[in-house]
Formats: sequence, C-alpha cells, structure tokens
Amino acid sequence: MNKRILSLAANRLAIALITLVIVSFAVFFATTLLPGDTATILLGQSATPEAVAGLRTAMHLDDPAILRFLHWLMGLAQGDLGTSYANNMPVAALIGGRFVNTLKLAAITAAIAVPLALTLGITAAMWRGSVYDRAVTILTIGIISVPEFMIATSAVLIFAVYLKWLPALSFTNEVSTFYDILRVYAMPVLTLTFVVSAQMIRMTRAAVVETLSTPYVEMALLKGASRPRLVLRHALPNALGPIVNAVALSLSYLLGGVIIVETIFNYPGIAKLMVDAVATRDLPLIQTCAMIFCLGYLTLITLADILAILSNPRLR
Amino acid sequence: MSDKITNWTRSDDAMVEGAIRRGASRRDLMKMLLASGVALSAGGAVFGRATSALAATPKSGGALKAAGWSSSTADTLDPAKASLSTDYVRCCAFYNRLTIIDKDGVTHMELAESIESKDAQTWTVKLKTGVTFHDGKDLTADDVIFSLQRHLDKATGSKVAKIAAQMQSFKAVDKTTVEITLVAPNADLPTILAMHHFMIVQNGTTDFSKGIGTGAFKREVFEPGVRSVGLRNTSYFKDGPHVDSFEYFAISDDNARVNALLSGDIHLAATINPRSLRMFEGVDGFTLSKTTSGNYTNLNIRLDQGFGAKKEFVEGMKYLVNREQIVASALRGLGVVGNDQPISPANFFHNADLKPKAFDPDKAKFLFDKAGVLGETIPVIASEAANASVDMAMMIQAAGAEIGLKLDVQRVPSDGYWDNYWLKAPIHFGNINPRPTLDILFSLLYSSDAPWNESQYKSPKFDKMLLEARASLDQDKRRQLYAEMQVMVADEAGTIIPAYLSNVDATTSKLKGLEPSPLGGQMGYAFAENVWFDA
Repeated sequence: MNKRILSLAANRLAIALITLVIVSFAVFFATTLLPGDTATILLGQSATPEAVAGLRTAMHLDDPAILRFLHWLMGLAQGDLGTSYANNMPVAALIGGRFVNTLKLAAITAAIAVPLALTLGITAAMWRGSVYDRAVTILTIGIISVPEFMIATSAVLIFAVYLKWLPALSFTNEVSTFYDILRVYAMPVLTLTFVVSAQMIRMTRAAVVETLSTPYVEMALLKGASRPRLVLRHALPNALGPIVNAVALSLSYLLGGVIIVETIFNYPGIAKLMVDAVATRDLPLIQTCAMIFCLGYLTLITLADILAILSNPRLR
Repeated sequence: MSDKITNWTRSDDAMVEGAIRRGASRRDLMKMLLASGVALSAGGAVFGRATSALAATPKSGGALKAAGWSSSTADTLDPAKASLSTDYVRCCAFYNRLTIIDKDGVTHMELAESIESKDAQTWTVKLKTGVTFHDGKDLTADDVIFSLQRHLDKATGSKVAKIAAQMQSFKAVDKTTVEITLVAPNADLPTILAMHHFMIVQNGTTDFSKGIGTGAFKREVFEPGVRSVGLRNTSYFKDGPHVDSFEYFAISDDNARVNALLSGDIHLAATINPRSLRMFEGVDGFTLSKTTSGNYTNLNIRLDQGFGAKKEFVEGMKYLVNREQIVASALRGLGVVGNDQPISPANFFHNADLKPKAFDPDKAKFLFDKAGVLGETIPVIASEAANASVDMAMMIQAAGAEIGLKLDVQRVPSDGYWDNYWLKAPIHFGNINPRPTLDILFSLLYSSDAPWNESQYKSPKFDKMLLEARASLDQDKRRQLYAEMQVMVADEAGTIIPAYLSNVDATTSKLKGLEPSPLGGQMGYAFAENVWFDA
C-alpha cells in the first residue's frame, strides 16, 4: 500500500513541475497581450515617448520581455523569486506576510467549514427526504445563489454598523488576544464559510446517498447494523473519494480567489496582490502569485487522492 | 410654516460651514438659506452648529486612522512618482514643500523663508533655519537642489517632468540659499513649487521607501498596497502634529469605506460617493466636508469644424445649458455652478464678476434660428469616462427638444474614450483635473499651441496676454489680465463648463480641524498634521 502511495506522490511531483512550467508560460503570454508596460502605467497621463524610454532604461525594462521572463525562470529554479518592477522590492518580501495572512484565513475557514459541511451533508443523507434534509438542501442552494459581496456587505451592515459588535475591517496586525482573533476573523470567516460550505454539503450528501443505495449497505442493514454504524462504517469510507475531492476544490479557492472578501474587509492577502500586480504589469509578481496558486491547487488535489486511497480498502 | 427642518442634510451643513469659512456674514448666510427654502427660524440653529466647529483650540494626542480609495503595490514615497491620492497623503505626512497653498488659494512659505525675484527668471530661495530631517541632519541648499533637479532626469520617471523642465539651472549660494534660473520668466514659480511632486527629500536619496523627510510624521511602517504608519515627529519645525500617530490605507470599495467609518474603525473616509451620502442621514456623530477644487466635466464644441464653425450655434448652446439643474440633479448637489472658464472659485485669481450665463431657451432659439441649425440632427458624444456627462447630455438634449433643436446623444464606452473621441469628435464631453496655476491651465487648454485645446480656440490676443501675465511680478496687473482672459474664454471658446465638481470627505465629528483646500480633498491631502481629536 505504501509503495502505491509513494509512486503516486512521485508521479504527481513530476507532473506538478511540468504543469508549473506550462502555466508560467501561459501566464507570460497572457501578460504580454495586455496593453502597456510598467513604465507607461507608472507615468500615466505624463507618459510622453521620451519619458517612457527614459524610465524603461532606468528600470532595466529594455530587454525583450521573453528574455526577462526566462531570466526570472532561471532565478526561480535557484529559489530567487525576483524583484518587483513597480516598487523595486524583492518579491519574496512583498508576498511573505500577505501569503501568511491568506494561509491563516484559509486555515481558520477550513477548520470551521469542513467539519460543518461534512456533518450537515452526512446527516442530511442519513435522513434523506425528511424535513431536516429539505431544510438543509434549501438553505445550501439559497446560499450558493447569493453572491459573496452581498453576504459580506450585509454582515458588515448588521454586525459592525448597527450592532457595533465587530470591527468592519480586519486589521490582523493589531491582534494580540484570542478574543481579538475571534472579533477580527468572525466576519471574513463567516462569509467564506457560507461560500465554500454549500458546495461541500451538496457533494457530501450526494456521495453518501449514492453509497447508501448499494447492495453491501443493504446487506449491512439486513445484518442489523445500527444506522450510525451503517453510515459511518460502511457507506462513508466508500464515499470519501468524491467528498475529499470536493473539499480540496473548495479549499483551493480559499488560496487565491477570495479577492472580494479581501477588498471588503481590507484584509491584506495574496489575491489583491495578484490584482495589483496585473494592474501594474509587474511580471515577476504576477508569475510568483500564479505559481503559488497553481502549487496550492496541485498539492490539495494530490492530498485528496492520497486520502481517497487510504480510506478505501479496495484501493489500498 | 413649521420651524422644524425636514429636508436639511449633512451636505447642507458642509455648505454652510464652507460659506462661513470663506467669510460669509450672517446676512449672506440668511440669504443663502432663504434661497434654498429653509425656514428663517431654523437658520440660527444651523449657524450656531457650524461656527462651534470652528472655534476650538487643538488638543494633543490620539491615534488617527484614515482611509483613501486607491492603493496598490505601486504605492510610493517618492514624491516625483506620486500619482494616486494615497501617495499625496503619505508624502504630505513625511515631507514638506518649499511653499504651500492655503484654503483661499494664497501661496505661503513652508520650508522656504522667502522666495524672491526681480525679473521672474532668476529666483532666490532662502530656507528656514533649524529644520531637520527625521535622521537628525539639517536641511540645506543641497537637499533642495537634489530634490528639484531629479525631476529633469528621465530615469526618475517624474510626473511633472514637463513643468520642471523650465528650471534651467540651480546654484547653492550658501548653506541655506538656492538660486533657480528659469528658461523664461514665470511669476508663478512659488505656486508651482507648492505642487505635491516638488516635496523636498534628502540629498542623495536612492531608497525612498524609508520616507526620510522633514515632515510632521516619521515613517514607522510602509507596506505598498497595504498600509503606512507614521509617528509624531517631536522635532517638527511647525506647531503640531496634534495626533500621536497616523495610519493610512485604502479601502477601494465605496460601501466598505463608508461602513468602516460608521462602525468607528476609521476616523476619516475620503471621497464619498454621492449615492452613499444618505447613509449619513439621520446618524449623529459624523461630519461631511465638501471641497470644490476645480475638477470639471465640460461640453466641447470644436470651433474649426461642423456646427461649431457657426458662432451663433456655439453661443446658443451656452444659453441652453441649465446649470442649476445640472448641479442639483446630475451632480446631486455636489458641485458649484460654473461660468464656462476653467478657473474655479477656489483659485486665487478667479474672476467673481464673471457671472454664469442664465438658462434662456428663447434666446438660444433665436440664436439657433440665426445659425440655421434648427431641424438638423446634431451628434453629441458622451461617455461614463467623463464624470456625469451622460446625465448632462440628456438634460441639454431635453432642453433642446423643447425649442426644436435635435441633439443626437451618442453614449460611447469608457474604454478608449480619451484616445478615440476626446479632442477629436466635433461635439463631445471632456473632464479636466485641477491644476495649481492659471498659467498651467491656460497653456494646457486654451493657448493656440495648447496640447489639449479642446475647442480649437485660437486667439493671438489671448496668447500675448498669457505670456505677459506669466512674466509679470505685479500681482494687480496679473489679476486684471487673468480676469479679462477668463471673460475671453467664457465668451469666445467652445468649451461649456456648466459646473465645478465637488469632493466630499466624511469624518467622525470628534475629528476637528479639517478645512477645504483648493489643492483637492482631504485638505489638499495634508490633513494629517492639521487635525486633532476633540475629547
């Protein structure tokens, strides 16, 4: 069994490297399609041809874009993320703190959303067709349909503006006590939990319902197994494959797609950094962010596959 | 008549307060209130409320938190590169300029003790003594020369390279005296040096992220695209700052910015969207501050082609614009009626005698008849790119329809508007940001060789007066010339400027000392060292 997992991991690692290179080329070509470069964007209205040429020389943007990109790729291979065009700071310094912030938000959200979604999904499947199941279904579909800026803004209006229980902005730098952490993260986590849970609940319910109708579960029922044992021991392990994949997909969204939550709560994460980087055509920063998103996605999918194998006796 | 005001909003408060600051007497104020339909008995209460805000002495202490609306990883503490309001606010907190413009548009000395010239070409700048940088070094002539000269270097990427190009040479006469020689005489140099980009940095600075200047706050944290924190500079050469620390960041979402203020997370929210103003109605504890600094949206009729070549048509259009209605509905009250010339009331040289043309459809009809344009279809290009222009176009179109003038309003996308339509279409809308001096505005927009001559206005007399005013050190003569030039632009050019747009900043009422400034919102971006908390 270990051998199988090891070979899968090695295999995935090789594929991941190739994927990263392909993605970085794709991002590079997409970036070159954007009009203007860092020099013209920084100069804005005062971008006369001479001024642009002067600034380009000063910023070392004279080389063809593809050469600069290959140079960056070589640097990356040696662990150097490069220097931002927009403000001349090392990309690692720009990303460092903000990536940690993104990870924190993702971790807290996952710690709440995953158990919640699994519990609701499994229990809804157990009592399929009951009032409880219908309530969960209607609520989750309702939440999928509400855009997250709506949830976030309503939460701010209710909890920060009218009730004044929570701060409207998430200043993570001022957090010192556990109570502060609760206050600062409450609304962003609430919003993101709504966004990512709905999908997970639907997938979990569907997967469990499907396995509950298989012959071996029927056999267990005939043997006289209790309902919880039926679901947790016989149905769930076989349904875990699709469930962990749904969880991985939802969580990968937390690593790079939470731009709306970052904007509304002024949370300094990595999604807004990527948007800024694109706005200023800051190639090293765009590339590094893209690599992080891609790597995060690949890691989660690989973990999901490994978990699926471990949980399923037939695959071990 | 009941003495309870029902339609009084906070923007009216701001208007009254602004009027008092500009020196309105009680009688002026009553006139204004009566004109806006407010009961006389209520007027006294409002007057009392607004004056109490002004008559207080600054208190020391507190941590100021304020939010602008734009920020990115391109945020910079290099004054030459400053491009967003966020950059201006930070530069104002960490650095100083040689001169500064006050709320009445008058130029005062800041780091300079005096700036003098006999011929408007060679200028002698004497620096104040005892001014130190945050690292303890004294401010010297070399710092000033370095700060100004770097704008001439293309590698700096200066936003004001074109304006700086007139500074031909610099000489350090002694440790605190600099001589600046211009290419040609320009009496406006002291005002030009008040631009945010001409902040004084330390000689030889290469890393601007440290923010070492002479300013009211010392840089503690600067994270581009995230936030900045400044601590009170205890050896600041002016009085103040009043607050202990100043944190600034941007919340780009309009609603989120207002919510953050309402919930008490921040003390100042810059540039409130007119739509969000009603969030403040019926809520106590917040103050709105209105600034009209000269930004405007205008209707341009090119005089060199099409209908614009007919003088009567252009004149008729000026009478067809209902300026009061545009301010009231297109701008939701956030504007000041304009009189077809680019110099707003915030400017020192504004010609107050030049009254806006009245809305007079009959006169317009007479003129259109004379030009023979009634019955023809006249295309007008509008776009969201030019603030509020679509609404303005609709109003002018409706007014035209009443007298038989067929205006075909064509709404085009924002993307590419400035490249494809602005300055090019025969009749189109434009949007111009404020500039510090008349000379810069006129040379940019109205002289015969102006790069952005929106209506292709050409007048040799105007060009001659422009040069004469630029070179003259006689303030009265300049005022006279500029007043006449404003009349010329209003009557002869094809640019219809119906209103100057206002900017509204909102603060918690505990924050005092915020005043309007002709340089823009947030007290010309320099509020941090001037405001204080009233306990």
